[in-house]
Amino acid sequence: MSASTRDYSVRRFTPERGTWSKLTARDSLVRRLDWVLLVCALALSAIGAALVYSATRNRTELNQGDPYYFLVRHALNTGIGLLLAIGTIWLGHRTLRGAVPILYGLSVVLVLAVLTPLGSTVNGAHAWIQVGGGFSLQPSEFAKITIILGMAILLATRVDAGDRVHPDHRTVVQSLGLAALPIAIVLLMPDLGSVMVMAVIVLAVLLASGASNRWVAGLILTAVTGAVLIWQLGVLDQYQIDRFAAFANPALDPAGVGYNTNQARIAIGSGGLTGKGLFHGTQTTGQFVPEQQTDFVFTVAGEELGFLGAGLIIVLLGIVLWRACRIARDTSELYGTVVAAGIIAWFAFQAFENIGMTLGIMPVAGLPLPFVSYGGSSMFAVWIAVGLLQSIRVQRPVSA
Amino acid sequence: MSNIPETGRTPRVTVRLVAIQILVFSLLLTLGGRLWYLQIRNGDEYTRKAANNHVQQVVHPAVRGSILDARGVPLADNETRLVVSASRTALMKEPDDGKAVLTRLAGVLKMKPDDVQDKVRLCDAKTPQPCWNGSPYQPIPITDEASPQQALQIREREEDFPGISAEPTAVRRYAAPAGSNAAQVLGYLSPVTDEQIKKAEKTKSPLLRSDQVGSNGLEHEYDSRLRGKAGVTRYEVDNLGRVIGQKESQKARPGDNVVTSIDSRVQAVAEKELAQAMKDARKVHDRNTGINYKADSGAVVVMEAKTGRVVAMASNPTYDPNAWVGGISGKDYKQLTGKNSNYPLLNRAIQGQAAPGSIFKVIPTTAAVNAGYDFDGRFPCTSSFSIGSQVFKNFESANYGSINLGRALEVSCDTVFYNLAYEQWKKDGGNKPRKKPADWFYKTAHQFGLGKETGIDLPNEVTGRVPDRQWKKDYWKANKDGWCKSAKKDGDYGQRLSYENCLEGMKMRAGDSVNFSIGQGDTLVTPIQMATIYSAISNGGTLYDPSIGKAIISPDGKKVTKIKPTPHGKLPMNAATRDKIDSALAGVATRGTAAWRFGGWPQDKIPMHAKTGTAEVYGKQTTSWFATYTKDYSVIMTISQGGTGSGASGPAVRKIYNALYGIGGKGGIDKKKALLPEPQADLPKIESDGSIEAQPLGKQFAVTANDRRRGAQR
Repeated sequence: MSASTRDYSVRRFTPERGTWSKLTARDSLVRRLDWVLLVCALALSAIGAALVYSATRNRTELNQGDPYYFLVRHALNTGIGLLLAIGTIWLGHRTLRGAVPILYGLSVVLVLAVLTPLGSTVNGAHAWIQVGGGFSLQPSEFAKITIILGMAILLATRVDAGDRVHPDHRTVVQSLGLAALPIAIVLLMPDLGSVMVMAVIVLAVLLASGASNRWVAGLILTAVTGAVLIWQLGVLDQYQIDRFAAFANPALDPAGVGYNTNQARIAIGSGGLTGKGLFHGTQTTGQFVPEQQTDFVFTVAGEELGFLGAGLIIVLLGIVLWRACRIARDTSELYGTVVAAGIIAWFAFQAFENIGMTLGIMPVAGLPLPFVSYGGSSMFAVWIAVGLLQSIRVQRPVSA
Repeated sequence: MSNIPETGRTPRVTVRLVAIQILVFSLLLTLGGRLWYLQIRNGDEYTRKAANNHVQQVVHPAVRGSILDARGVPLADNETRLVVSASRTALMKEPDDGKAVLTRLAGVLKMKPDDVQDKVRLCDAKTPQPCWNGSPYQPIPITDEASPQQALQIREREEDFPGISAEPTAVRRYAAPAGSNAAQVLGYLSPVTDEQIKKAEKTKSPLLRSDQVGSNGLEHEYDSRLRGKAGVTRYEVDNLGRVIGQKESQKARPGDNVVTSIDSRVQAVAEKELAQAMKDARKVHDRNTGINYKADSGAVVVMEAKTGRVVAMASNPTYDPNAWVGGISGKDYKQLTGKNSNYPLLNRAIQGQAAPGSIFKVIPTTAAVNAGYDFDGRFPCTSSFSIGSQVFKNFESANYGSINLGRALEVSCDTVFYNLAYEQWKKDGGNKPRKKPADWFYKTAHQFGLGKETGIDLPNEVTGRVPDRQWKKDYWKANKDGWCKSAKKDGDYGQRLSYENCLEGMKMRAGDSVNFSIGQGDTLVTPIQMATIYSAISNGGTLYDPSIGKAIISPDGKKVTKIKPTPHGKLPMNAATRDKIDSALAGVATRGTAAWRFGGWPQDKIPMHAKTGTAEVYGKQTTSWFATYTKDYSVIMTISQGGTGSGASGPAVRKIYNALYGIGGKGGIDKKKALLPEPQADLPKIESDGSIEAQPLGKQFAVTANDRRRGAQR
């Protein structure tokens, strides 16, 4: 049996089977899902719900007097995210492949819309679109997905078709151009955190696609030069420079710039081995850590659940990433590998940056912790990504 | 068939996937390591920081215990005053940080807005007083003299005065019962100092920033018992300082009451008579100086002879201890401690030291007996005594011929003691002392407890001085440089003295011994030392630590800790000698130097014993001393620059006895008028609700508040 014998649709469309048996059969879709990945991702969202509730139940100025306001919405977001994941699995990443140009275009338009008067500013970053009903949209989250998918199509199609062993220079240039457009727009917002994540995604996608070493090296060089230029040219706002300065020297102005990082570290450090107990964190109850339900949600875990609870979050993220790595490795299609690699880079870097800033080893950037932080757009995006991973696993070409 | 698909990946992609995987897991490991570092390795440090972050404490001061007199009358207690205070946390929530509220408050209290504003600002290095140096979460007192109307205005318009409270609060009060003042005995309260906080940090009763501590007197001596324990409520606060929960609350434990042996009525009499005696002395012309006696200060001690307990202790000049309540004003402080104040804070009964003069003579009398002389022997009482060219006069006495030691005491014959001291000095080797001189006179003085503290339960007692050989050596060492510098053989008196001192100041000279024998020269005693000695003579020879505290009673009256009289020695005399001295001192009161002051005294019913003293002080007028005792009490009085012993102090001491025993003008005893014919034995009863059954003061002590003020200011 050779690798070239591929049948993509054999099992999905076997007509004589009923829906139930289709779902439960030994080789069914449901059985073939990566349940470890799914359960861990769900566990992270559930822990997130508890932490978000703990951080917001007393914040009357935010929760409009309803202590469950954020908890309910977080659960709702997770539910919607789960549905989006199921939808993605149902459609299959290959079906979606045809829609990628439209999705890419849509995401670029949405990201652009943020720059128009439709957009709104939260914590210095002009990255949101108010949808109404208290909901807002952060288009850069979805742009992360479309960059991955778009680049993957460009880089992998000809390799998967067997035309080439590795992507040629032209496709690499095309894919970089495709990524550069939304990244440039996001940089203008400026949403530096998302730009960093996107840059890492691009790098991982290029790496996994098998593009030549020169491209990888060149890209790293470009990223470094770009960073220096951004710093030098004053594209950064003062708040971003301040955040970085506070990271470099946390003792700097503990009441001002360094306040976030300082209080975050006190919250986590005071948790000890087992934490102060859920809802019993003094830093959390006293609202000493700003943005605690979103970017600094990890501090709630650190303080109230201790080393064991916070460590569990890292372990769960590790399992999710480990399963994602297996999916990337196990698929024979380069397209699937590249998409999975992009998602791995996204999750891993965003988690590292988010937790790292609360621990004081990374500069503060407004990035949510995947699955855990409160926030609809991020939640939807990561669950769509989970759906993509599952679909890659389920739809991997099998030899008959 | 294998389920693992064959992949069409190139090795390049495979290697890169592995690299990505390694990178991802090293990032996660980094996070885990850092988490461990923060939470496990440095967890304690951050726990502390978190605690400091969110816990604030509010102190509920304990009600200070009362100081009671022997009959339960409060000498120091607390009165409820309307204290208006401001909560900073509430004020800071106002849009203008509470400026408008404080201005309104100043209007109600009739104070200057700026003064009110200053009171609530927090002290720091740049902020001068007035400012608040307590916790910012503590209500800050603005005034403790609000009227009920003002308090009502504030309470009724709560919305106009957010964060302002007008609460009845316990404030220390020195009640001056019966018109007594006892300022130096009671002491006063002052705000705690950093040093005191540090010192008390590790003790059972740590001090809080807002605490008042006893300074001086009984307030200091029994501070830890009187203070009780402040209650503390720890509040959890959020990042804006808003209270979000109460962590723990410790109720304040009120302080214990201290029952003293002071009788406020006797105290009042003693103070009044001392002041009167000094006033009278200032009308008397002093022949030596050519001006009236200055009578600049004085003290009187009334002691229970059988226990050493102090019934009254007065020191003059005095002051109103209430001046310290609520923080002393700069003006008052200057008046109490300034150069021209004559230091009314000093308790001259224990901190005033002077040459005792003839009241000292019981000591050389005992010394002579112990040295082998016969009490009833014959000793020449000449009008003067000479050693070489030095002539020592018989100050208070005259030529009585040959007399025994008892008679020498009675008539206070100096020359008898000069002779004995000189003989002993020669026996000890004179100017070339033996290796182990007997030094009977000095030894006996030490045995009587002189030259060291009596151990009274008051702070900062002074020791007095026995100018023995050791002291002479030490003193010479300390001063020889100065002496030798200003020494001049043929200079003026001072220079010649320096010359002499420089050469042989370390030596015990004949003149030193002779002067010492009549309580002159470098001899210094305190009134409390002499009271202890005369009480011992009265009680058969036991020297007691003088005491004022008699018992410590818990606020509910249930736990009573008695303070028992503790002896610290015996007089070095046998019963026979004691009896002879006793009858000689009775002779002083009946036919000797004090007889004229005890005319009409019912000696048969209440045997009186006395000794007068008029001590010479170089460059000053004479110190008046009067030492007396009955079987129950000893009374010692001294007036600096006051004249003679019996002359200046006699009438006052007599009047104190009159009051104690109820002696009328003609010597009749009116038991109804007697304040304390026998020492108060029982302790006052304190009910479980904290109320004290004090015995009435009696009609003659019904004084108005105005009198009280005047009395305290004299």
